Amino acid sequence: MRAIVAKMLVGGPPLVFLLVFFAAPSMIMVLSSFRFPGEFGGLAPLAAPEGGTGGDYGLTAEAYQFFFSDVIYVEIFLKSFGIAMATTLICLVMAYPLALLIARSEKRFRNLLVLLVVLPFASNFLIRIYAWMIILGPESGFSHFVNAILGVFGIAPVTLLFSPFAVLVGMVYVHLPFMVLPLYTNLEKHDPSLLDAAQDLGATTWQRFWRVTWPLSLPGIFSGSALVFIPVLGMFAVPDILGGTGDILIGNLIKDQFLGTRDWPFGSALSIMLTLAVLSVAGLSTWVARSAMRHGQ
Amino acid sequence: MALLEIREVTKRFGSYTAVDHVNISVQAGEFFTLLGPSGCGKTTLLRMIAGFDLPDSGQILLDGKDMVGTPPEKRPVHTVFQTYALFPHMTVAENIAFPLKMARKPSHEIKLQVGEALDNVRLSDFGHRLPHELSGGQKQRVAFARGLVNRPRLLLLDEPLGALDAKLREEMQIELINLQKNVGVTFVFVTHAQNEALALSHRIAVMNKGSVEQIDEPSKIYSSPRNRFVADFIGKISIMNATVLEAAPSHLKLDVAGLGHVTAAGNQGVRTGDRGVMAIRPEQVRISHPSTDLELKNHFHGKVHDFLYMGDVTTYIVELSNGIRIEALLPNSAPGRAKFFEAGDEVAVSWRHDAGIFLNE
Repeated sequence: MRAIVAKMLVGGPPLVFLLVFFAAPSMIMVLSSFRFPGEFGGLAPLAAPEGGTGGDYGLTAEAYQFFFSDVIYVEIFLKSFGIAMATTLICLVMAYPLALLIARSEKRFRNLLVLLVVLPFASNFLIRIYAWMIILGPESGFSHFVNAILGVFGIAPVTLLFSPFAVLVGMVYVHLPFMVLPLYTNLEKHDPSLLDAAQDLGATTWQRFWRVTWPLSLPGIFSGSALVFIPVLGMFAVPDILGGTGDILIGNLIKDQFLGTRDWPFGSALSIMLTLAVLSVAGLSTWVARSAMRHGQ
Repeated sequence: MALLEIREVTKRFGSYTAVDHVNISVQAGEFFTLLGPSGCGKTTLLRMIAGFDLPDSGQILLDGKDMVGTPPEKRPVHTVFQTYALFPHMTVAENIAFPLKMARKPSHEIKLQVGEALDNVRLSDFGHRLPHELSGGQKQRVAFARGLVNRPRLLLLDEPLGALDAKLREEMQIELINLQKNVGVTFVFVTHAQNEALALSHRIAVMNKGSVEQIDEPSKIYSSPRNRFVADFIGKISIMNATVLEAAPSHLKLDVAGLGHVTAAGNQGVRTGDRGVMAIRPEQVRISHPSTDLELKNHFHGKVHDFLYMGDVTTYIVELSNGIRIEALLPNSAPGRAKFFEAGDEVAVSWRHDAGIFLNE
C-alpha cells in the first residue's frame, strides 16, 4: 500500500504534467483541425445542429481537403523532408569523425572536448543564426572567397545568403551537437579489446571500422539522427532568417497559419499531418534499425 | 628450428623496464606457459608476440622469420583475450567465421570450417546465439574456437580462465589440454596461477620483474626450483637461512639457522661455505606424535602453532622449539576424522635426507 502511494508521489506529478500540457493540447489540436475557421481568425464556435444545416456540429474535413487540393503543400512537405534528410546526413558525416576523435582521446581531455561541442548553446540560438547572415552575406570574406574560387573555374558569382544552401548551413550548424553527443556516448562505451581482437584475427583498419565500430555504433547513429531529423522538420526560424522567399518549409507554413493568415484549422491540420509523417518515419526507422542490428555484421 | 624464438627482447615504458633481455624458444606443438606475478612482464611479452607492441631491442622470430615489420593482422598468430573480446553484434557462428572472412576464404569453406570448429568445442547447437546469451564457459569456448578456426601457427592465451569460477576452471583446463592435443596448434599461455601452469603446460617459463627466472618442465620447476623466487612462487614452501657445511655429489650437509645440522639433496653448483636458504615443501614434511620412533635423519620436535583445514588435506604450521616455523601437509585420509592434531599439540616433524633443497641467495 505504502509502495503504491510512494510510486504515485514520484510518478504522479510528471504524469499529470504530460497529460495537461501534452496529451490535452494534442487532442485540442486534432479537434481544431476539424473545425471551421472563425470570421476574424481563430476558430468558429462549435455549433449545435440547427434545424436545416444537416447536423454537422460545426465540424468539417475542409482543412484536409484543402491540403490535398493544391500540390504546393505536398511539395513543401517533400522539400522539408529533403532538407531534414540532407541535414541529418551531413550532420552524421561531420559528427562521426568528431565523436570518434573525442571517444578515442585521452580520458582527461574528453569532458573538455564535449564541453566545447555544447559551448555554442551558451549563446542565444537566434543570435547565432543572425551571425550566419553576416558570414554568408554578399560582402563577407567567406562570400568573396567562395566567389573567387568559383571565378577560377569560370563560374559566375553566386549569392550565398537567402538560398537553400544557407538554410542547409544553418540547419547543420544548429543541430550538429545533437548528432555528436549520442554518437560520442555510444562510441565511448566500445570495448577497445574488440578492435585488438579484430586486428589480431586479420582485420585491416577499414575492416575494423566497418565490421566492428560502425555496426556497434548503429544505436548512437539512430538516436542522433532522430534528434536531428525531427526538429529540423519543424524548424521555421532558420529558413525565415537565412532562406529566400522560395525556401518555405512546413514549419514556416504552420507558423503562418497561426500568426499570419490566422487559419487555425488549416494550421492544426498541417501540424497533424507533420506529426503523422514524423511518427511514420520514426516507426519505419525503428523497424529498419531493429532488423539492421539483428542481422548486423 | 624452434617455431617461436624470442631473442634478447627488451621493452621499456618510460624508465620502467617491463621485459628485460628475455630469451625463450618454443617448439612446434608445445603448450608453453609464461608464469609470473602481475607486473612481471608476461602480458607485455605476449602483446609483443601478437604484434600490438614492438620490442625496443631484440628479435621475435616465427618460423625463423623476424616479425618486427609485420603488423598483428598479418601475423599467423591469434590471441584469446582475458575478456574473450567476442563481437557482441555477431552470432557465435559469425564470430568464429570472422578470421576466415578476413582471410577471404570462399563461403562454402567458411561454413564447413565454422561447423567443424563448433563441433570441436561442443557448441554445435549454439551457432545462431549472440554472445550475451552464453554462459561464461560457453563464451570461453567460442573464444577458443575463433582463435583456432584459421589454424594459426601460434595461439596466444592471456589468462583466459581467470574470469571463471574454480569448478568451471578445472573443467576448462581439461578441455584446453584436449583441444590443444586435437588441433596440434602451438599454445603460449599466460597466467599468474601456478597450479594452472603446472596442470596444463609442457614447459613453463617463470618470470619475475621482466626477466625469465627458469624455463623447465612443470615437475622440474616444482621439485628443483633454480632460485628462491621460483621456489617461493610455485606452491607452498618453508624457507630457512642456511650455510653449506659439506658438499657431496649425493647430498649436502647444511647448518640451518635455528635447526642445526640438516641433510639436503645434492646440488652440483653448490660449494662448501655457500650461504643461502634451505627450502622444503609441506608435503615432504612428516608430522607425527613426538613419541613415535623416527628413523629419518632430519628430525625435530615442536608444537602445532596453527593449521589450515582444507577438506582433503590439512596444512599444519609447526613451531619448532627454537621459534622456527615449518609447514607440514597431511592428507585427511582416516575416515571420520577431520584432522589429526590440534593447535598446541606436541609433535615431531621429519623429512627424508633429500627432501630439502639448498638455494643460493
